[in-house]
Amino acid sequence: MCLGYPGKIVEIRGEFAKVDFGGGVVKDNVLISLVDAKVGDYVIVHAGYAIQVLDEEEAERTLELWRELFELEGLRYERAQEGAREV
Amino acid sequence: MSELKKVLERYRDPRLARRIAEKIRELASKIGEKILIMHVCGTHEWTITHYGIRHVLPENVEVRAGPGCPVCVLPAADIDSMIRLGLEERISILTFGDVSRARGGRGLSLEDARGLGLDLRIVYSFQDAVEIASREPERRFVFFGVGFDTTCPSVAHAVLRGLPSNMVVLSSHRYVPPAVGWVMCREDLEVDGFIAPGHSGTVTGMRPYREYFERNPRPIVFSGFEPLDVLVSIYMVLRQLSTARYSIENEYTRSVTWEGNARAMATALEVFELKEGLWRGIGLIEGSAFDFREKYSRVDARAVYGIEQPRSDPGMPGGCRCAEVIIGKATPTECPLYMRVCTPRTPVGPCMVSVEGTCKIWADHRILRREVERA
Amino acid sequence: MSSRVIRMEHGAGGAAMHELIREVVVKRLGGSGADIPLEELDDAGAYNGVVISTDSYTVKPIIFPGGDIGRLAVAGTVNDVLMVGGEPKALALAMVLEEGLPLEVLERILESASSTAREAGVWVITGDTKVVERGALDGVVLTTTGIGFRHRLLDHNFEVLARVGREMRSRWLLDRNIRPGDKLILTGHVGDHAIALLSAREGLKFEAPVKSDVAPLTRLVEKAFEAGGVVAMQDPTRGGLASLLNEWSEKTGLGIIIEEEEIPIRDEVRSACEYLGLDPLELGNEGKAVLAVAPQLAEAVLQAVRETPEGRHAEIIGEVTDRYEAVVMRTAIGGLRVVPPPIGDPVPRIC
Repeated sequence: MCLGYPGKIVEIRGEFAKVDFGGGVVKDNVLISLVDAKVGDYVIVHAGYAIQVLDEEEAERTLELWRELFELEGLRYERAQEGAREV
Repeated sequence: MSELKKVLERYRDPRLARRIAEKIRELASKIGEKILIMHVCGTHEWTITHYGIRHVLPENVEVRAGPGCPVCVLPAADIDSMIRLGLEERISILTFGDVSRARGGRGLSLEDARGLGLDLRIVYSFQDAVEIASREPERRFVFFGVGFDTTCPSVAHAVLRGLPSNMVVLSSHRYVPPAVGWVMCREDLEVDGFIAPGHSGTVTGMRPYREYFERNPRPIVFSGFEPLDVLVSIYMVLRQLSTARYSIENEYTRSVTWEGNARAMATALEVFELKEGLWRGIGLIEGSAFDFREKYSRVDARAVYGIEQPRSDPGMPGGCRCAEVIIGKATPTECPLYMRVCTPRTPVGPCMVSVEGTCKIWADHRILRREVERA
Repeated sequence: MSSRVIRMEHGAGGAAMHELIREVVVKRLGGSGADIPLEELDDAGAYNGVVISTDSYTVKPIIFPGGDIGRLAVAGTVNDVLMVGGEPKALALAMVLEEGLPLEVLERILESASSTAREAGVWVITGDTKVVERGALDGVVLTTTGIGFRHRLLDHNFEVLARVGREMRSRWLLDRNIRPGDKLILTGHVGDHAIALLSAREGLKFEAPVKSDVAPLTRLVEKAFEAGGVVAMQDPTRGGLASLLNEWSEKTGLGIIIEEEEIPIRDEVRSACEYLGLDPLELGNEGKAVLAVAPQLAEAVLQAVRETPEGRHAEIIGEVTDRYEAVVMRTAIGGLRVVPPPIGDPVPRIC
């Protein structure tokens, strides 16, 4: 429903922040009054407003979890498949 | 590139995607039966379509779009009211790009009406709209406020800061949890699990869903919008189904919390109150429309121009079963019109009109399946 | 459905525009029996070996990052003549100017038209000037008509094809020449032009601003013909890649499969698209072409195209197929999706 795109706050002036979305795309009038954000935070921006500060550690932890859950298991699966083919 | 962006790149990793798809297939074949998962978010549909996620899912897992796109559920009567204000009262209409193509009850969209003389201004944010109205004090403006919990707080915030005197807002904003709850609590529900909206949930939090979950427990997973977020969420729903232990889970932990963004919700509820609201193709849902509180009637286009909250929809085209398709009660192939008179090139019902409509998605899938069928 | 008036989508290069042209224009003006008649709905027509193409240009803003309406009007028409296998030689330029337009702006536009013409090896040899009241249009509308002859290397291109046993339906580069197996070469990054314009309008800032790719493709086409193997060619302007490929698919009843990973796109364009909710495949380009090439010759044509500045980032993005009856894309994560024809001009979305 709601397009939201993460960017990094590089500057704050009152209620407005300059947000870098990567690839050189910068928007300098993102409203941050609905969140508690500081310079360096990543925020999700929806229709010109920051609606949340992203939890960076969570983002990495999630990936770590997936690696555990899918990749390692996947490797074992792959080996088993190869084993089966050899037989 | 910045740190987090690099991390997020990995949320599109094709190798990991294959692994997750593998695990999904494994689980799905263990479950065996046909599984219908509903998401309720236009941007989830965008991710699913854009990355071709349906194509990597096993035969017995279908992901269907529920009432999750604010433009699709927008009452036709509100679009007609905007067109009337624009053409008859010569009021300039400000709104978001995707709203401009939604058709009203007489088959006209705001974009069509522009061809008949309506002054339509597409904005990216409510802030842009405020700036345009301030720059042109000699014109009168109505902002056509469409969106969910995510969008509404920003409008409320700007209203609290004060709008230019030549600008009012028609609020067609909707509150998502009661609509998902409405689907979840239907007795004849055929949906096995839900992928809950990550950005709406970022604002509302997961808490409002507990009530519906307790009434009719089904797997619910709040999901992010990268392709791997969606794949993992599907996996999480299947895992709940396979163990028959249902709960409200959160995949999008980097953004969604139990409480949500309390400040944003409080801002929205300071300006708006929740009333009964019409969802196109579904009907009236209690507590789902953000309606201006009386205190703000000066900026409320409904009060200023006498526009009622719509109570009913013009009916679906004859024979069309979109209403049942939307809630998983019927499949597109059970509709007598599907691929006979109603095709992607000659759409009849809203499920074929919208790019995220279930019928349109099934029609596309037919094209992709051809290869499989021929082999 | 909706009332019978012209809407913006009728000019946006999508399904509505194609329907308008077929049902309203060709029905009344077709039937000439020319070498390339109107009903081919190709980029240019041809009569007795003379290729002709015409196009009107409106753009907002008229001067944009990387170019202006003058360069656009020359390059656009030159490219259309090139795309069917013509070699552009001369242009007519008609100007409709809004009262109050600063002379300085007009001078700049014409300077730029002139240098672009020189770059493309053509001359403007006739024209027309009209002025309309303030408010009747946005600054300037330019119309250019280009004429040219059959490209001197086109027959060589066809000979190379004949050597690998490929027969052509037409002795021009028409869309209906394509066949299953033909490889599709995209000559560079998608979306630069559209994002350059949009960023000037949407108040997005770019640290390294995206520049429009507007350029005549004269050298690039020459190189491709020298190598030989091109069966059809089009430039993905309004409606972008999605519109072009769907047009090929609709005209021939064949399918097209493209690989998302192979489509060149700049980081800043991708980022802007995600922020604004736009699909890069639907964005307009003004200095790119898609070449359909016989499979055995694709690698040679690709290398030749890459030797030109405009084609440095060219890639083979997919092929024509009879496995599907639509345009299908293999996505970055290995899924498949149907790429529909765009409905109108891309608009930023919030949901």
